[in-house]
Amino acid sequence: MSDDKQSIQNTREQDMRSTLPRCDVFEDESGITLLADLPGVPRENLELKVEGDTLLIEGTVQPQTPDGLEAVYAEVRVPRFRRSFTLSRELDSQRIDANLKDGVLTLRIPKAEHAQPRRISVQAG
Amino acid sequence: MYESMLNFPGGLFGEFDRLRRELDDVFGVSGLPSSIRSVAPGAVPAINVGRTPTSVEVYAFAPGMDASKFEVTLDRGVLRISGERPSAIPAQDDKVQVYSRERGTGAFMRAVSLPDDIDPAQVRASYRDGVLMVSIARRESAQPTRISVQ
Repeated sequence: MSDDKQSIQNTREQDMRSTLPRCDVFEDESGITLLADLPGVPRENLELKVEGDTLLIEGTVQPQTPDGLEAVYAEVRVPRFRRSFTLSRELDSQRIDANLKDGVLTLRIPKAEHAQPRRISVQAG
Repeated sequence: MYESMLNFPGGLFGEFDRLRRELDDVFGVSGLPSSIRSVAPGAVPAINVGRTPTSVEVYAFAPGMDASKFEVTLDRGVLRISGERPSAIPAQDDKVQVYSRERGTGAFMRAVSLPDDIDPAQVRASYRDGVLMVSIARRESAQPTRISVQ
C-alpha cells in the first residue's frame, strides 16, 4: 500500500472515531424521551439529523484548554460523540423538541396524533 | 461498570470497534504504570489531566450536574471531586416504559493526586457544558526560569 493510501486511511479512521454517548430512553403515552450525556459539547457543536427513520446525534467536544497544555492523563481520548437510533413510524420526527443543558441533550419525540392511545368505546346493543 | 451485553448500539461493527478500543486501553499502554486511583473505563465522571508551565488543569466530564452540588477538596496534594447526580427517569409508573438506562446516577467521587509543586491556595473551579474544570496554580519556584550566562 502506498503512503498516500495509508495516510488517507489513517485520517479516515480518525474521522470515524467517536464515542457512544450514554443514553436513557423512556416512553410514555404521548412520546419518547431520550437523554444523552454529551459532556463538553456546546450547542454550536451539536448536530441532530433525521434522515428517513434514522435519528443521528453527533457532537464534538469543545476544547477549553489553555495555551501550552500538555496532556498528563486522559480518560476521554476521542473528543467526539456519535450515535444513531431508528425511529418507528408512529413517532412524529417533524416535531422533535431538543434541549441541551450542562452537557445533557434531552430529546422529546412525540407520537403522531393518530398513534396516541385512545379508548374505544364499546356500544352496547 | 460494563454496558449490558444485550445492547448493541451502533451495530456489530461499532461493537467491534469499541472492543478494540477497550483492548487498546487495557493492553495498548503495555506496562506503563497507571495511577493507583485510576478506575475502570466507563466510570463517571471521566477525568483528563493536563499541565501548563503555570498550572495543573483537571477536567471532570460530569454532565447534568448543578454546579453548586459539586464538592471539590484539595488535601495533601490529592484533589477530590464528589457529587451526586439525580436520575432523570421518572419513578416507577405504569405508564412509563424504560428502554435504556445507561447514564450513571447517584453519588460519585474521583480523586487525583497532584504533583508536589502546586500551590493549594490558588485553585479555581468552573463548570461549563457538563465539564468541571479545576485549575491549580503551580508555585513560581517550579516554573522554568531563564538563566543568563555571564
